Amino acid sequence: MTNRETKADVLQGTLDLLVLQAVDGLGPSHGYAIAARLEQVSGGAIQLNMGTLYPALMRLEQRGELRASWAVTANNRRARLYAITKAGRKALEQRRADWDRMVGIMKALLGDV
Amino acid sequence: MNVMRALREWLQRFLNTFRPDRVRRDREDELRLHLEMAVDEARRQGLSPPEARRQAALRWGGVPQTMDALHDQRTLPRLDAVRSDCVQAWRQLLRYRTASVAAIVSLGLAIGATTAAYRLIDAVLLRPLPVAAPDRLFMVTLNTFDASGRSGYRDDLDYLEFRDYAAACGEVANSLLIGMSSRVPITFGAADAVEHAFRQYVSGNVFPTFGLRPAAGRLFTSSDDLTPGAQPVAVLSYEYWTRRFGRDDHIVGRTFRTGAATFEIIGVAPEGFTGTEPGRLTDIFLPSLMNVEALNSPGWSWFRMWVRPRDGVTAQSVRERLQARLTRNHAARAASMHDVPADQVAALMNERVELVPAGGGASGVQRMFRMPLLIVIALGTLVLLIACANVANLLATRAAARAREFALRVSIGASRSRLVQMVMVESALLAVSAAALGGLFAQWAAPFVVSWLAPAEQPMRLILPWDLRTWLPGAGLTFVVTGLLGLVPAIRVSGFHPSQMIGTGGERVASRGLSSTLVGAQMAFSVFVLVVATLFGATFAHLATRPLGLNDRNVLVLEMRARDKAGTMPAWTHLTARLRELPGVVTAAAAGWAPLSDSGWRATLKAPGRSVETFLLNVAPGFFDVFDIARVSGRDFGADEAPGAAIVNEAFVRAFFDGRDPVGRTIERGGSPLTVIGVVKDAVYRNVRDPFRPVVYLPMVDRDEGVIVVRTAGDPTALGPAFRATVAAENSDFQVAGTMPETALVRRQMLRERLLAALSAFFGGMGLLVAAVGLYGVLNAAVTGRRREIGIRIALGARARHVMRRIAATVLGAAAAGAVAGLVGGMLFGRVIDSLLFRIAATDAMAIVTPLSVLAAAAAVAVFTPLRRAVQIDPVQVLKTD
Repeated sequence: MTNRETKADVLQGTLDLLVLQAVDGLGPSHGYAIAARLEQVSGGAIQLNMGTLYPALMRLEQRGELRASWAVTANNRRARLYAITKAGRKALEQRRADWDRMVGIMKALLGDV
Repeated sequence: MNVMRALREWLQRFLNTFRPDRVRRDREDELRLHLEMAVDEARRQGLSPPEARRQAALRWGGVPQTMDALHDQRTLPRLDAVRSDCVQAWRQLLRYRTASVAAIVSLGLAIGATTAAYRLIDAVLLRPLPVAAPDRLFMVTLNTFDASGRSGYRDDLDYLEFRDYAAACGEVANSLLIGMSSRVPITFGAADAVEHAFRQYVSGNVFPTFGLRPAAGRLFTSSDDLTPGAQPVAVLSYEYWTRRFGRDDHIVGRTFRTGAATFEIIGVAPEGFTGTEPGRLTDIFLPSLMNVEALNSPGWSWFRMWVRPRDGVTAQSVRERLQARLTRNHAARAASMHDVPADQVAALMNERVELVPAGGGASGVQRMFRMPLLIVIALGTLVLLIACANVANLLATRAAARAREFALRVSIGASRSRLVQMVMVESALLAVSAAALGGLFAQWAAPFVVSWLAPAEQPMRLILPWDLRTWLPGAGLTFVVTGLLGLVPAIRVSGFHPSQMIGTGGERVASRGLSSTLVGAQMAFSVFVLVVATLFGATFAHLATRPLGLNDRNVLVLEMRARDKAGTMPAWTHLTARLRELPGVVTAAAAGWAPLSDSGWRATLKAPGRSVETFLLNVAPGFFDVFDIARVSGRDFGADEAPGAAIVNEAFVRAFFDGRDPVGRTIERGGSPLTVIGVVKDAVYRNVRDPFRPVVYLPMVDRDEGVIVVRTAGDPTALGPAFRATVAAENSDFQVAGTMPETALVRRQMLRERLLAALSAFFGGMGLLVAAVGLYGVLNAAVTGRRREIGIRIALGARARHVMRRIAATVLGAAAAGAVAGLVGGMLFGRVIDSLLFRIAATDAMAIVTPLSVLAAAAAVAVFTPLRRAVQIDPVQVLKTD
């Protein structure tokens, strides 16, 4: 009931993994930077809009995997920065392992040697 | 770990649903910054400012949409919808404040009354005794038949029967002797102050069989109940220990006197165990063999017999053993009797032993109030249904009035289930408010009704727990009510079609059939309850106004106890004479007991050629003056009347002497002759429901217990202390064990009738009021909904009569059909409750005319206003507004 699968988050689960991974790589950063990083690394394949990104950030915050705080950016703007927590790092490892296993299973199923 | 995290998220979102979003502005800032960064980036790539903004919005989405997505993530969307529905429903309630309050109050009263009745039924009838394996306890009862085939019932036995049946049970069951709990005078220590306590004799195996552990000291066992009259030990109930002794730790070893013996307290029964008679809390338990006089007295029935079959033994097999013994005994008795008619022997042989489950206890209160309480809860449920129908109609009307709003909601995308949810939430809000009110009402009403189950002079002490058991049925009822209430409007709402709504400009859509059906059902239930109320009301009125043959006003009954029986006659005379001298006293007389008390003495008297069952009573000179019983012929007893004299009443003269003056003639009682010296008018002897029966008054004799009845000039209870003081000063061998106005003795016999009359009148009135409000509401809504149609008809020249018929015909037809159904139902039910009625039957004209005329009056009032409104509709205005 809490998280119905809507058009925006088809990649539910994957989305959380992507965001966590990006924050882990970037260190404390604001939403725009996280989305830009994902777009850049994926070569433009992953373009999140705000309606997908921010609920994901909030969900991770609610689960205690990210922590948000206000800070002033280089060009003197008030920005909300997201940082990964200890629990977040653990969750990231867990999700990566799950993903790897999934990929392995899919590969085996699809007959890719 | 994942579960914990998910739980944490859910909890946060749950709480957020009810918390305002304080950081909303911050969130919007965050999103705006995001967009600004995107715009800056685009401009760095050489786009113009407007184009950069367009691209950013396309790429990232808008702030408001994202805020919506965030709100859904922040809260639980479904719950959020329910929350906003609640707010909406609350506004609706406020908007129709009067109707809402009326709905909630009527529902609440009905729920409360039903819950209260259930609490009583639970406490008196259903709740198992706090003993080991209550479902394995059974009471031995006898179903008897007299010669004319009328069935009777008996659950009290004498000790000889008990020994016989216990022997028949042998080893297959524990035979328990469970004395009747009765109020007796007792004195603690040397103090002369008499107090009263409820005492119950039980056999020594009762406490071990019940598996009870003492709260203090020890409980007596079979080894304390071996020798008649020789083991004076006592166990107190926890409740009595608390109430009388404040849980004194040194209670064990204390002594008290009751009757002729001094008992030593050896322990306290566990908390919660208050004896075996729901409706009566036993204070003191005594071993059965301490009731010495009763052990060898055939016909002295003073206890019930319970059995607990051993493990693996069925109750049925125990019953068969007892039945075999009973049949054998009766066969032996029939063989030894000679001049007994065959039908009497057959009746005797038809007697059956039954084992009745006794896990919920066994008491006179249960027998007396089982049926009344069930009737009360049935009436309460009917009124609840009437109220439900009303509220359902009310909600449906409201939903119809909001048709345009609903149509709009559907056309902008609200799902049907969402609309149904909205309506259901509204009904739930009503039901929950009503249930809360009902709970409060039940909390107050249950003890109030308990106070009506016993005379004010001897209040009933009944433990009324307020736990899950008593709470659940009420909650369940609320649940059902919510469903019922929401159903009707929900069905209507789900049938809405936007096009239809908008096309007709919001004219009512839903069928009138449903409303009419509900009105018909309301009328049926309402008339049913009114018929029952009329029957019980008439029963109580007839009983309360029937001629008693004696004047019970201003008479105080002093219950007297003497230390010894022998030679007390002069003392009775002396005490009576001293009481007569007191100021405020009109006259006084001694007697065996007071008329209409529970005591009675019956014997078969013989006169030449006939024998008639007769009531007897010992009375001293002046007894008839105290009660204003007029003398028809002969004289009153003299001061030293010979034992062979008798005064008879007119019923006796009719039965024995065919109405001829019997003074000077002789009748025979148990072989000795009685000479009639006077005749008095008829008076009720024991039961206020009985017709006048033959009564023979005999002179007062030496007695160790009896009464002195005193007629006073004013309020008799005010003189009670003076009477006690006089008796104490005159004769230390005599005690006043209690005082009771004769009027209270009479009232005590009408408790059940009073309860039924009052409660059924309450339910009848409420049902009528609620049904009338319902009728009014339905007609009113019909008029409002069809304003345009009526306006056009009037404009085209329709007469008032036609308009009224169009509006009211269906509804009033349904109401009339319902009323007839209710009447028939009430009359059928009247036959079921025949045993509770007195001098009225369901087929009496009064039982039919009264409810119908009351209903007709109420309906006329309810119908008048809406119809007047309909007739006064101004066609010009109607056509202008639309």
